[in-house]
Parts: sequence; C-alpha cells; structure tokens
Amino acid sequence: MDILLSGLLLSGTYALIAMGLNLQYGVARIMNLANGEMLVLGGLAAFWMYTAAALSPLLTALIAAPLAFSGNWLLYRYLLLPLVRRAKTQGQLEVDSILATFGMSFALVGIMVSIHGEYFTYSYLAEPFKILGQTVALNRLVAFIVAIGIGGGLYYWLTHTYQGTAVRAVSVSTEAAGLVGINVERVSAFAFALGGAVTAVGGTLISTFITLEASVGVIFTMKALIIIIMGGVGDIRGAIVAAVILGLVETTVASVIDPGLTLVAAYVIFLAILLFRPQGLFGRRA
Amino acid sequence: MKPAELRNLGIGAVLVALAAIFPLVNDGYWLSIATTAMMYIALSTSWSLFSGPTHLIALSTAAFFGIGGYLVGTGMSDYDTSFWSMAILAPLVATAVALLIGLATLRLSGVYFVIFTLGLAEMIRNLVSWVQNNFLGSRGLYVLTDFTEAHIYWMLLGVSVVVFLFGWWINRSRLGFALKIIGNDEEVARHVGINTAWSKVILFMSTGFFAALIGAIVAPRYSYIEPNVVFSPQLSFLVVIMALLGGTHRLWGPLVGVIPFTLAWEAISVSFPNSTTLFLGLSFLIIVYVLPDGFTGLLEKFTRRAAK
Repeated sequence: MDILLSGLLLSGTYALIAMGLNLQYGVARIMNLANGEMLVLGGLAAFWMYTAAALSPLLTALIAAPLAFSGNWLLYRYLLLPLVRRAKTQGQLEVDSILATFGMSFALVGIMVSIHGEYFTYSYLAEPFKILGQTVALNRLVAFIVAIGIGGGLYYWLTHTYQGTAVRAVSVSTEAAGLVGINVERVSAFAFALGGAVTAVGGTLISTFITLEASVGVIFTMKALIIIIMGGVGDIRGAIVAAVILGLVETTVASVIDPGLTLVAAYVIFLAILLFRPQGLFGRRA
Repeated sequence: MKPAELRNLGIGAVLVALAAIFPLVNDGYWLSIATTAMMYIALSTSWSLFSGPTHLIALSTAAFFGIGGYLVGTGMSDYDTSFWSMAILAPLVATAVALLIGLATLRLSGVYFVIFTLGLAEMIRNLVSWVQNNFLGSRGLYVLTDFTEAHIYWMLLGVSVVVFLFGWWINRSRLGFALKIIGNDEEVARHVGINTAWSKVILFMSTGFFAALIGAIVAPRYSYIEPNVVFSPQLSFLVVIMALLGGTHRLWGPLVGVIPFTLAWEAISVSFPNSTTLFLGLSFLIIVYVLPDGFTGLLEKFTRRAAK
C-alpha cells in the first residue's frame, strides 16, 4: 500500500515530463535528447531561488516556464529548424537531431557543472502528511497535485481548443496539416517550446523530492523516452498509463530489492515493450 | 586485386610498420597517448563499420568495452583464470549480448535502437555493481600482468589491423553491399530480398566483439577495475565523435578523426579538466552544423572542386 501510493505520486511527475517530450518528438518531430537537461535546469533554478531568495519552488516554476519556453523556441528556431529544412528524409532528420541534441545536452551539462558542480540539496515541505491512513512526504503530494493540474490543463487545451487541435493535426501528418492551412513550422516551434517549458516545470517539481545534480539529466531522458514508447508516440492517454506503470515498478523495485536497480527495472519494461508491443500499449500495428 | 587496391594495401602496410616501431622511439608520455589513440582507432573504425552504412548511432561501445574489462577483472581476481582465457571469453559474451540486443531492437525503427543503447552502459553498470555487492562480496578487482604499455600498444595495433581487414572484406562482400542498400533505402532493400534485420544484427555483433576485445586488452592498463571506470558512458560518445569527425563513408575516415581529437582531448583534459563535457557538446554541434561528412567529406569536396 505504501509502495502503491508513493509509486503513484512519482508517476504524476513522470507523466508531466513525458508529456513535454511527447510535444517535442510527437509534434515537432525532434528526438530531443537534451530533454533531461532541461528538467535539470528547472531543478537548478528551483534550488537556486530557494537557497538564495527562499522562494518557493512553485513560484520558481512560474518564472521558469516562460524562460524555458523562450529558450526552447530560440533553440528550435535557430538550431533545429535549419536541420529540418536541410533534411531530405525523416531518417536524416532523426540522425541530425539526435547528434545536435546530444551536443546541446553535453554543453548544458558542462555549463551547469560550472555553475553548481554539487548536488542541488535543499529541503522544501519535507514533512509527513497523512492521507488514506498512510504517511507520505508533503512535497511529493504537492508535486503530484501540481503535475496533475498542469497535465490536465494541457490535455484539455490539446483536445478542446482550436490551437490544440492544430497541434494534434501536425502530430498526425505534417503534410496534411499544411494542406488545411496550418503553419506547420510555427506550430512545431510552439510545440517544441511548450514541451521544453513543461519539462522545466517538471524539473522544478521533481527537485523538491529527488536530489538532482548537473549530470543526472540523461536518466530522466531515458525514462521519458521509455514512457513515450510504452504509451505510443503522440498518445497522451497511453503516456499517462505508461508513467503509472513505470512509477509503480520503479518504486517496487527500489523498496523491495535495491534502489540502485531502478534503471535496470526501466530497461526490463522497455525490453518487454519492444518485444511484445512495439507500437505502444494502445497503438495499433501499422 | 585492382592496382588501386594493391597501392592502398602497400600504404597500409607501411603505416602499420611505422606504427609498430613507435614504442621503440618513445616509451614514455607519447607512447601512452599513442596507446589511447590506437584504442580509439580500433573502436571507432569498428563502430563505423556498423553505424556508417546503416546511419544508426550506436551508443553501446562503453557497455561492450566494460564487459571486456570487467570480465577480465573478475575472472583474474575472483576465479584465478588467466588473462588470455578471459580475453577470449569476453568478446564472445559481448557478441552474444549484442545478438540479443540486436534481435530485440534492430527489427524496429532505428530510434528505438539508439535509445536502447543510450542508457545501456549505465544500466549494466548498475546491474554489475548490485551483483557484486550482494553476491560476490569482494570489491576490488585487480588485473596484474607483466604487460608493459608497449605490449598493450602492439596488441591494440594488431586488433586495429584486424578491424581494417575485416572492414575491407565486408565492403567487398555481399553483406557490405546489402548494408549500403539498407542505409540508402531500407524499403528497397527489403524488396530486393535482403534480410535487413539479420544483416544489421550480424554487423552489430562484430562491433560488440571488437569493443569487448579492446576492453579486455586495455584492462591491464587500469590494474584496478571498478564498474564505474570501465562502464563510463563517456567512452561511447567519444567514439561517436571521433568516427563522425573523420567521416564514416571511408574505411580510413575514423582514423583521420581519432588522431587530432585524441590530442585535443588530452590537451583539454590537462589544462581545463572541468570543461571536458562542454567541449564534448561543442564537438557534436560542430560535426552537425559545420562538418556533416567529417574531414574526409571536406577533403573530397575540395579535391572534386580542384578537379573541375
């Protein structure tokens, strides 16, 4: 029961992060391997503001979101769009964007190490809270609620608004979206920027209960990718279910066997998905 | 053999002979740099045999290299086996692991393969550390041999020669031809009856074999083996950068990338030890935006322009 609850709470933040990457990969079609670094940047901002100005990470998230949005928009516009235009095939774009975002990822880690080379340790709302007869850390609960709130809002926006529909149209087919008068490049840039902002907010939330450090980003990139592949690329419902599965399995492995084996557990899930349902949990075979 | 091939073979033989006498000229600092460079030459040439034609960025080098180093370490420390038997066993284990990974991922879209290899070294490191802490008990793995730096250098040179000959043979074989078609258009390849998945898996197994063999040979250099050292993910990225910097569409391309990069990396590690990660990132960006076909691509562009 204890495991179930903390696993569930963890998966809220995972779902939010996966949503961010889904916008970048599913819509803008950029396999962004620097996604985890964006998350760590969010965590670094939260740590910084909390230790320097005693600002609550939730307020930092409000500041970090527009900053991450503009930063990611610029990245897309000036570094990634040239690759999109240059690529002759989807495969070429994939290779180029993988290499370019590796570059960004290492450059960001390098910069963050020079800013703060140690663990981002701070303590925010680290007090017990009773819920359903169980005790959980308050920061985990708050992060979960905020993540669910943002994720829910995003889902509503995608499914119930005009702009959200345009974003989904681009994710289905760039060519068809262009034919019905959607400015594909602008929507892609917007989706990429929004994805980066969501990830950075996820980072500020996660930093309240997991101690981050500059080079840990790639682990989160891996986890977000596994969630997306498990859920099916572009499928938000699938990603949420996948995030819950990953959160529960990781928490179970960490508390029953060994905390050092969470990545191994994630890989076992990944392998099972690749072998049995490569199209994603709810996907249909192409 | 065509005259051009004979000429290339002659140039190759002279270069190998020159490389072989290097330890007699200098056996200190420069030999240690040369040994590192030789290790990367073998690793990145074997990497580009698979990743060059298929365009699949394999980030598994560190995992296989680590399997090689770790098996030598645990075999010699915990089970009293000889270095040689472990150096033979390790590449076989890595080949089997590569086979399993290849079967699981290479039948699907290329992205899955890249993602799977991205965290592979870290995952195996976690697993190995856990097994070691809980079941084997002993923490220290010592690799004590009589090898000098020159011995390791010569062994690596031997492996490099084998990798080059293997690459030359692959390029002439049906398998190499099939891979080129797969790299250009997988759909076409499938339609002309090429078993695309198997072709990729077989070549991926060869990179696993060589990386583990090199890891095993280099293990005596560390003397003390720790999972954190031999499974360092950075190695995978260094190999990718060096191969792409040189260019992967020529067999000798990676060689052209390894030598300048090893020197630059050495210089930066000594003078700015905290900026290596940043440098790694900038190298990737330079490759994508400035040198998409590497040094060899640049060279060929110039010679073509000169010919016009």
